[in-house]
Amino acid sequence: MSWALKVEGLGRVYGEEGPRSLTGTGPEHGTSVSPVTGAVVAAWDVGFEVEPGEALGVVGESGSGKSTVMRCVAGDERPSRGSAYLRAYDDGATDVLALDDGARRRLRVDRVAVVYQDPAAGLDLDTSAGGNIAERLTAAGARNFGRIRDRAAELLELTEVPLSRMDDPVRTFSGGMRQRVQIAKALANRPPVLLLDEPTTGLDASVAAGVLDLLRNLLERLGVAAVVVSHDFGVIEMLTRRVMVMQHGRVVETGLTDQLLEDPQHPYSQRLVAAARG
Amino acid sequence: MRTITELAGDGGPRGIFDELSRREVRRAALTAVAVPGYQVPFGSREMPVARGWGSGGLQVTLALVGPGDRLKVIDQGEDGGVNASNLRRLVVGHVGCAEETDTRAATVIQSRHRVPETPLRADQVLVLQVPVPEPLRAVESDVREQRRMHAEADYSRMWVGLYEDVVRNGVVTKTAGYPCMVNGRYLISPTPIPRFDVPKLDRAEHLTLFGAGREKRIYAVPPHTRVEPLVFEDIPFEVEHTPGAACRHCGSDGSYLVEVPAADGTVSWVCSDTDFCARHREGRS
Ligand SMILES: Nc1ncnc2c1ncn2[C@@H]1O[C@H](COP(=O)(O)OP(=O)(O)O)[C@@H](O)[C@H]1O
Ligand SMILES: [Mg+2]
Repeated sequence: MSWALKVEGLGRVYGEEGPRSLTGTGPEHGTSVSPVTGAVVAAWDVGFEVEPGEALGVVGESGSGKSTVMRCVAGDERPSRGSAYLRAYDDGATDVLALDDGARRRLRVDRVAVVYQDPAAGLDLDTSAGGNIAERLTAAGARNFGRIRDRAAELLELTEVPLSRMDDPVRTFSGGMRQRVQIAKALANRPPVLLLDEPTTGLDASVAAGVLDLLRNLLERLGVAAVVVSHDFGVIEMLTRRVMVMQHGRVVETGLTDQLLEDPQHPYSQRLVAAARG
Repeated sequence: MRTITELAGDGGPRGIFDELSRREVRRAALTAVAVPGYQVPFGSREMPVARGWGSGGLQVTLALVGPGDRLKVIDQGEDGGVNASNLRRLVVGHVGCAEETDTRAATVIQSRHRVPETPLRADQVLVLQVPVPEPLRAVESDVREQRRMHAEADYSRMWVGLYEDVVRNGVVTKTAGYPCMVNGRYLISPTPIPRFDVPKLDRAEHLTLFGAGREKRIYAVPPHTRVEPLVFEDIPFEVEHTPGAACRHCGSDGSYLVEVPAADGTVSWVCSDTDFCARHREGRS
């Protein structure tokens, strides 16, 4: 099958964007900060494809550039260079990173959904769980109150949020429950691409395990193309088939998740795996 | 080098509203007509009425009327109120146009919080005074974000507001100033007119201009333009109506009525539109 999302040559530099800033950065130099200009090369030359029904992991230590890649693909910020294509937009013929802000935002309604580590980044905490989902549904043109209610209930059921809480403000929910609502909202319009940035980081271990179980089930059932960002190889192992290892803004190794865990090639991957196996 | 005054002339009467102000407001009003529902900024002047007391409507009216016009000014449907009378006299004194209370005979009608009961014609203009022009303020306080939402016609937060209202109260509780889509594109607040008056703006024969003095905005609903209240398909838009109520003066039960409590605790009803009421009474007697 062919890709649902393709990213090519993605780069994001904070500070001076010229070639001077690239020299002396990357894994071989042990830093993403340019010794010449002081710019942060948060991500450089990152490329990948994800197929429908497939989950790609992006793993690396804190500061390696994972979230930067995610934000650029999602449209939260503009990359310094690179392109991205969605099968669901112009059959993959248009670089969506070059679209204007309004067009990029519209992609977020029903073609690319994001789940952030912090539920407050994806939800309005003062609005009810149902209302948060209603926002995404009405953005896609839903105008029938009864059907909006039904769809919101269906999504909350899917993400295992008790329906008795549907009309409560999300602020009154526990961390794990907020994350489930954020997932429900992300799935509202059946987006073909789902980006998850540290979806269980910050949750208590037992709560995180429950959310991970849910995500694994959903990714198996929904046929969505997913990118899962995590610093935790345990999460990557559980959710993804393929993985990309990032260090100092560069991709240092890619492969099948189980093989890479079994036999990591790059010394950095070896360290990450050893730490995870601790 | 010639000055702007030399080029434009300072024509017309001096005082509360000079020719340049008049041109600026007319330009803004034309833009507003060209982009129905879009809030056009203009350089709101100091007026001899406090901002928020009709200074926006007053400037629009002053920019429209000439000596040949017949001006009607109403406050909550009444021609006789102190504010309405003062505003009317102010304009008449400045421009030399005629005072009018008969809706049918007026060429320009400035109003606060009502649309007259008598349907307006293509040769009439309604000017509504706007205290708060921005309908998105209810859901978003950041002005830049409000602008973005209008630019992208991204009104889903408004819909969430309605959704939450129905969930909590079983109905949409908003009555006056009900948010409406103009020409399927821009969301407006039709000023605090009752819901009852909203259908009168939809595909109307006349032009409606909205003037907000404090917020320095003009927007418009041109003739024959769709004005659709934001409603869910399965929850009908209902206008104010009290079963059994009728005006105690003219007997009308099809006009917008206001409640009048009596000392003995009972209530009666009267037409809010006094001109309509007077003619309805004549017609019956
Ligand atoms: N807005 C910003 N301005 C400057 N530097 C930033 C900004 N956002 C991220 N960075 C830097 O970019 C690098 C990558 O960050 P990030 O993508 O958040 O990494 P990760 O998600 O892998 O932890 C870090 O060095 C971080 O400090
Ligand atoms: Mg991160």
